[in-house]
Amino acid sequence: MRGRGARVLGRGGVRRQETLASVSCALAATCLVLALGAVPPARTQAPIKIGEINSYSGIGAPFTLPYRQAVEMAVDEINAKGGVHGRTLEVLFRDDRGQPAEAIKHAQELVAVDRVTLLAGGFLSNVGLAISDWARQHKVMYVAAEPLTEALTWSKGHPYVVRVRPNTYEQGRMLAEKAARLKHVRWAAIGPNYEYGKRAWETFRDRLKELEPGMQVVGEHWPALGKIEPGPYVTAILNQSPDALYVSLFGSDWLAFVREAEKRGLFQKMFVVGLLLGEPEYIDPLKTEAPEGMLVTGYPWYDIGQPAHRQFVERFMKRADREPRLGSLVGYITVLSIAEALRRAGPDPDADRLSAAFRGLPVTTPIGTITFRAIDGQSTMGAWVGTTKLDRKRGVGIMVNHEYVPGERVLPSDEEIRKMRGGG
Amino acid sequence: MSASLLLVQLLSGLAHAMVLFLIASGLSLIFGVTRIVNFAHGSFYMLAAYLTYSLAARLSLGGASFYAAGLAAALLVGLLGLVVEVGLLRRVYGAPELYQLLLTFALVLVIADLVRWAWGTENLTGPVAPGLTGAVPIAGQLFPTYDLALIALGPLVALGLWALFYRTRYGILIRAATLDREMVAVLGVNEAALFTSVFVLGSVLAGLAGALQVPRQALTTVMDTAIITEAFVVVVVGGMGSVFGALLSAILIGVIDAFGVLVLPRASLVLIFVVMAVVLIVRPWGLLGRPGGPDAAGAGTTLAADGGRVPRGLVAALVAALVVIPPLLPPFALWLLVEVLAFALFAASLHLLMGAGGMVSFGHAAAFGLGAYGAALLMLQAGWPMPLAFAGAPLVAAACSVVIGFFCVRLSSIYFAMLTLAFTQIAYAIVHQWYDLTGGDNGLLGVWPPPWLAPPLRYYYLALLACGGGVALLALIERAPFGLTLRAAVYLKGSVFPESLTVGVSIQPLVMVLLGGVETLAGAPVGAAVYKLLDTVVTRYTEYWQAVLGGILILLVVAFPRGIVGSLRSARR
Repeated sequence: MRGRGARVLGRGGVRRQETLASVSCALAATCLVLALGAVPPARTQAPIKIGEINSYSGIGAPFTLPYRQAVEMAVDEINAKGGVHGRTLEVLFRDDRGQPAEAIKHAQELVAVDRVTLLAGGFLSNVGLAISDWARQHKVMYVAAEPLTEALTWSKGHPYVVRVRPNTYEQGRMLAEKAARLKHVRWAAIGPNYEYGKRAWETFRDRLKELEPGMQVVGEHWPALGKIEPGPYVTAILNQSPDALYVSLFGSDWLAFVREAEKRGLFQKMFVVGLLLGEPEYIDPLKTEAPEGMLVTGYPWYDIGQPAHRQFVERFMKRADREPRLGSLVGYITVLSIAEALRRAGPDPDADRLSAAFRGLPVTTPIGTITFRAIDGQSTMGAWVGTTKLDRKRGVGIMVNHEYVPGERVLPSDEEIRKMRGGG
Repeated sequence: MSASLLLVQLLSGLAHAMVLFLIASGLSLIFGVTRIVNFAHGSFYMLAAYLTYSLAARLSLGGASFYAAGLAAALLVGLLGLVVEVGLLRRVYGAPELYQLLLTFALVLVIADLVRWAWGTENLTGPVAPGLTGAVPIAGQLFPTYDLALIALGPLVALGLWALFYRTRYGILIRAATLDREMVAVLGVNEAALFTSVFVLGSVLAGLAGALQVPRQALTTVMDTAIITEAFVVVVVGGMGSVFGALLSAILIGVIDAFGVLVLPRASLVLIFVVMAVVLIVRPWGLLGRPGGPDAAGAGTTLAADGGRVPRGLVAALVAALVVIPPLLPPFALWLLVEVLAFALFAASLHLLMGAGGMVSFGHAAAFGLGAYGAALLMLQAGWPMPLAFAGAPLVAAACSVVIGFFCVRLSSIYFAMLTLAFTQIAYAIVHQWYDLTGGDNGLLGVWPPPWLAPPLRYYYLALLACGGGVALLALIERAPFGLTLRAAVYLKGSVFPESLTVGVSIQPLVMVLLGGVETLAGAPVGAAVYKLLDTVVTRYTEYWQAVLGGILILLVVAFPRGIVGSLRSARR
């Protein structure tokens, strides 16, 4: 039986053993800590280390592997050409588990123990903001790859953070400008109840209202991120009978939503606008269930003509034995940008030199030249806006009638940015 | 709101409820008979969903492939349940019951990595159910036939379980064991076989739930944690060990969730936990539970807080080491030590709650998180200087704890634990959704210490003082000062996130206390140090940190069924 009753206690010897045990455990722990800390300082010809923090498990995990594969590809290509200032690049990957606190722990460790030159990565917005805040406090350069919240480079921006991907504001605005031409009046919205989902809707709505003052909002829905039970939401939206629906759901929430929405006939009853939903990350897992006719931002890698991009896709598919995702392109451009900044910062880069190097830095990428703007560190990488359609031959949804909108076309004026950054 | 909307919403809620019922009934059954709080139940559910996905693609039975695959997946998961029960759980039935919880927590980690390794991390959409892909018009709206089938299936499963319990000898034994396990054993029933079969049956039910979700939801590697909290809520509201209570509460929660979408679109997180708290305050043993029935924490873990007194010389030596060595350490080691110290205090205070009070709190994170938010808000919003905010934080946490404690303390054991869980979730939801004050999921950033405290070494000494003082205080008064928690870590990281309030964080210190050994206060800090260091070291060297950590935890539990310090002590005796 369990709970074996009373134990004989109270002998001094027992207590002593126990205390000895705890003291020796504590000492062993201290030794471990010492061992962790005792990494020799970097020599000049040693590789330049980049600390890469991303969600390799948890809620962001489905999207980070193709990103990582392209990061590794870019690093190998740069090193094959002799690296930067004669030094090779080395990326240390760390898993933030989708939690900001975990990301900060890694930032501390990467900088203090591994002595990385800069930090990079991030997928979820809240994780990116956390790393950025830590980087500001400790004066370490952070190159945010995928987090989308505009706060990162604007209201919470600082000299030590730059971002590669076009943010929620830019993409919301791209969609609003196309959507405004369609003259839908009654709008509903559904998105995950967190930073990204809310800002994605607000920027779109505000811009649409400017262009189409007659637009009305008939319903907003905020399921918890990663936990949607979609049936009730679909019914609720149908009963608000909007002309159009704005969706900022992504990942498993979006996939589950599509299934319920298709069965209940939602896509026949309203026009759907989806932020990011043309990215292979979100449309490929739906296979032939992908809804047609949605206005989306995304990445039609199969249909981008530039030779440099075609070669990038070819090399990636050969190396990773899979099709690229938008994350792959972002990961590749992130490393190219870091290498370019390191080149400009000189042979002995520190956070201040890197920060200066990134301001106004042009980078040649497979999709043309992008620039990290001097005023806020936001890159001018754009996004593709188009309409979804089913490619029956490949058995997945694709984007058609797409147009690449460069960041310059939708980014706010320097004046507005200065206001948002509080003069910084 | 039109009547047709209400009807369709009700049906949607019922379909969700049936999946909840399947998973919760297995969990409840297992708990009722074996007293195991099986955290791995959600992992079995996830595994079955992935197995269904793969098997359906490989079987060539035409329209029957999906159904055959689902059934096979549920049975395979049942088989895994058999292996787990016989191979692992059976070894620790003699240990304090909470060690089984530690073991199932380790299984969660291992299975999560197994799925990641076998199926990758990308989201998958499984097959739809052939023959049930369409929708039928109901009150002018389309409603999926698959959901109708689920609504029909749920009661059938409930009926099957009823027939099993009330029409077979095996069912009588299960019911008897749920009421009084010791008596059943005394009467000569083969307890081991009964436990094993119940664990397998429960696992099959979890597997069935997982298989049935495939046509409705996408497969993700976080399905396990997404479902398990909800399943626990259903079990507790229904009454631990009561399968029909689980049916009733699954319906209640599924339907309330569906209507919550219409009424409180932004508070969806809070709603079901409010229901749980209300039910438990009115009927502390759940809807169909039995007062004074199953009691997880009380039995078998009569914990005397006996190990607190340690010879002064050794304490002095340890303190001296902690004071003298750090100046020689690099900054990161100091950060890590601060975290260990903070968790040591956290774990020690939880230990006293468990040891002295006999209460297992899943809600300790609420105190931890409220302390953190209290300190951060006092500094950011009220503009207090850090040392003052530091002192004010425990008062904030204590004030909240008094409210929570008022409702919780009169409950016993598992219900206490579950109600603290509910309050933690409510606190989490409020923090998560009260964007203006708490920053929502972004947390509170920029909570950095003033310049005179910024050097890691100075900060370390402050943390040492606070945590050392806290542990000493605990040892002295043997009472858990609820709020004296992790403010140290907060300032070091310069930010507070809602995660600090979640169940995950509550499980961590529980794991630490259990790892160190519940019987002695010295166990908590040792457990904290071992867990934190393992975590840090393992994540450095492998992507599969969950599997490695889980594996080590399993080994530790099997090798040290009384915790590290507890086992060392028995070994020396």
